Amino acid sequence: MSAPTVVAPTVPALEPSPAFLDVRDVHKNYGAVHALRGVNFRIGPGEVVGLVGHNGAGKSTLMNVLAGTVQRSSGTFNLEAVDVTAWSPDRAQDYGLRCVFQELSLCANLDLAENTRIIHRPLRGPGWRKRAGAVILQTLDEIFPNHGVPVGVRVGDLPIGVRQMVEIARAFSVTDTSVRCVILDEPTSALGHEAAEQLLAYIRSAAERGIACILITHRLDEILAVCDRVVVMVDGQIVAERDAKRLSRAALVALMGSIEAPRERTIREDEPASRGPLVVDSPGRGAGDLSIEAALGEIIGFAGLEGHGQRERLRALYSTGRKRSAHGLAPPVAYVAGDRGSEGVFALWSVADNLTIRSVKALRRRGLISSKAERRLAQAWSDRLNVKTPSIDTPILSLSGGNQQKVLFARALASDAKVIFLDDPMRGVDVGTKQEVYQLIRSEAAKGRCFVWYTTELEELTNCERLYVFREGRAAVQLMGRQIEPSRILESSFGGGSD
Amino acid sequence: MTEAAMHRRVASRVPRLRDAVQVGLPVAALAIMLAIIFWIRPAAFSFFGFTLLFRFAIPLVFASLSQMLVIMLGDIDLSNGSFVGLTTCVTALYLENAPAEATLIYVVMIVAYAAFGVLIYVQRLPSIIVTLGMSFIWLGASIILLPSPGGSAPDWLSEFMSWRPPCLPLPIWIAILAAGVGHFFITRSSYGAVLRGAGANARAVERAGWSLIGIRAATYAAAGLLALLAGLTLTGLTTSGDPNVAPAYTLLSVGAVILGGGSFTGGMVSPVGAVIGALTLSLAGSLLSFLQVPPTWQIGAQGVILFLVLAGRALTAERTQ
Repeated sequence: MSAPTVVAPTVPALEPSPAFLDVRDVHKNYGAVHALRGVNFRIGPGEVVGLVGHNGAGKSTLMNVLAGTVQRSSGTFNLEAVDVTAWSPDRAQDYGLRCVFQELSLCANLDLAENTRIIHRPLRGPGWRKRAGAVILQTLDEIFPNHGVPVGVRVGDLPIGVRQMVEIARAFSVTDTSVRCVILDEPTSALGHEAAEQLLAYIRSAAERGIACILITHRLDEILAVCDRVVVMVDGQIVAERDAKRLSRAALVALMGSIEAPRERTIREDEPASRGPLVVDSPGRGAGDLSIEAALGEIIGFAGLEGHGQRERLRALYSTGRKRSAHGLAPPVAYVAGDRGSEGVFALWSVADNLTIRSVKALRRRGLISSKAERRLAQAWSDRLNVKTPSIDTPILSLSGGNQQKVLFARALASDAKVIFLDDPMRGVDVGTKQEVYQLIRSEAAKGRCFVWYTTELEELTNCERLYVFREGRAAVQLMGRQIEPSRILESSFGGGSD
Repeated sequence: MTEAAMHRRVASRVPRLRDAVQVGLPVAALAIMLAIIFWIRPAAFSFFGFTLLFRFAIPLVFASLSQMLVIMLGDIDLSNGSFVGLTTCVTALYLENAPAEATLIYVVMIVAYAAFGVLIYVQRLPSIIVTLGMSFIWLGASIILLPSPGGSAPDWLSEFMSWRPPCLPLPIWIAILAAGVGHFFITRSSYGAVLRGAGANARAVERAGWSLIGIRAATYAAAGLLALLAGLTLTGLTTSGDPNVAPAYTLLSVGAVILGGGSFTGGMVSPVGAVIGALTLSLAGSLLSFLQVPPTWQIGAQGVILFLVLAGRALTAERTQ
């Protein structure tokens, strides 16, 4: 028997309605690793709960336990005051509990209607395809008005941001059983600014209709904007629950145990006196497209709404840089991919192998790779970046997402590259890791490396000395020094103001 | 809103074109081969000529559909050919005199197929190894049953295989029927969507509440059933059992699936394409005989045809991307 009399001290006493979901003292062990260590969590109908914490704090495990995709090791599980012993994804579906997983769970070979069919059992029999298409389109229209998503297309042919929209819409779509609770893991990480705003607005309106939401995200401003209650996890435990209305961003960060580093950036005046030699110099392509320049020692940012040509430009710059450096015309370049799974990590390799692959040439002794030199390099850089791994021989996939990203950073930094292209690399990474990496980027830039950094997160851009704001495929505005502030960037991205 | 709708239509055109090319290419290859054959032997352009040309395509059509189901799950089946061989042995030995026992053996064989499919999933074994092992089990069993070719097919079976149905020759009827049923179940039906999804992203389908074990057991059992049909029809054609009658089916069926627009990544298969691929590959043998290519060169020449079609597909796929 459980002990229902034990009430967690931090839970506010006001409980207007019986909880939709109430779990007590949930543990989850993976062998010797304790992913969850006695978690108490409840959510009522129409409540929006934000779940925050470092990578590896247990947020995703908790989400999986709630969704039934992972079995808890122990603990009680209450659904609308009924004790549930065996919980599974299909029962979760029956009770209207849906999930949006961080790594998308759409089938790339199927179209939208078919993907919708997969989570809706009633969509079968004659005409199912038409009905499924109508269901997903209607939900898409509700959440993201004017989305323009083509329905008959395979998901694999859609860009990542659109896939994310489809996955979210699918989770909110209704056939026979109504949606009661939706768990969203980093739902806005691949969305553009406008779509993210639409989603947050929709979550609020869904809450008013009684649909509960659990929002897991590293974008704290979103949590504060939309949630009723914030739950903070550290090390597999819930350490704090607070009313979101009375919480500031700094307080929230403090609760997570990582202190937001003060903006120590000394804002240089508009043009630094001693600029290194120009290493990136690419003329604009057509009218209204600025030419992009970067010198050694600089951190250049690519800003703007997602999908306005930043990534394409970044890749073009990288490939010209590579060709030029192959001919000895320019210093060597490296590229840090943001989409870890598909273009970043080698899934079957160890941390060391993943880290040193960019430097194989330098590690060559008499035509073969020296394993001693390789290990030395890997150890040195995984220490420098503070990669949390048992050893450098650990398979990379057993690391948390943030630590995998650190390894990818280390891969670029350990190489001889002078110019490093960053393709939105901090997507879905926890605040503490971000601060460490920002620090590192700044210190590496001070040592004379050049960074060209595309990011979708506004706050990140304050690390840059100069920004190109992209609009409709062109580098439309250049901002530098004191001009770099969120409002100014937003203004330029939307095409207002200074051009 | 209208602008969004327009965007929707335009964006969906390119992938459609690509899909059309995937099936269109083997169709074109088939048409070209037929044209060459009829040009050399105009007499072949008749009811009887078609029957002769495609007679031996019937078992290959079933074997290819069986292979297609396995490839749909992201696996590959190397036991296909020897399973067909075992079926011919069981059929030639028992089906006429002891139909109940024969049926029982068939059921056991299909259950074994399903069981191996589940084993591959549960133990996370590579399908290529497990099915290679299975192929030796099937081959061994059939050699124990029938050490040298022999036995005889039941009369009704061989009579059915030489039946002349109205309008179209039997092989064409069977191909159309098989392609139609396959298209309905795999490409159009709501369960087909789940099956193809399970091949491409098993985790997503599992998270949606489906049982992967159930999906895999059912799909492998269906694959076994289709391979059984291949064996039955082949026995009807050859009228005897032979353990080594169909080792080539394993790779020919893989070729047919890939030729027909399938891909090894899982979830990307087309039953219509696989049937057309099977017809194309079985016709390639006849074409080479008509061109008087010596038999020793025929296997190599078949490979060249396969290579040309696949290269064409890769090129056009790149262009429409």
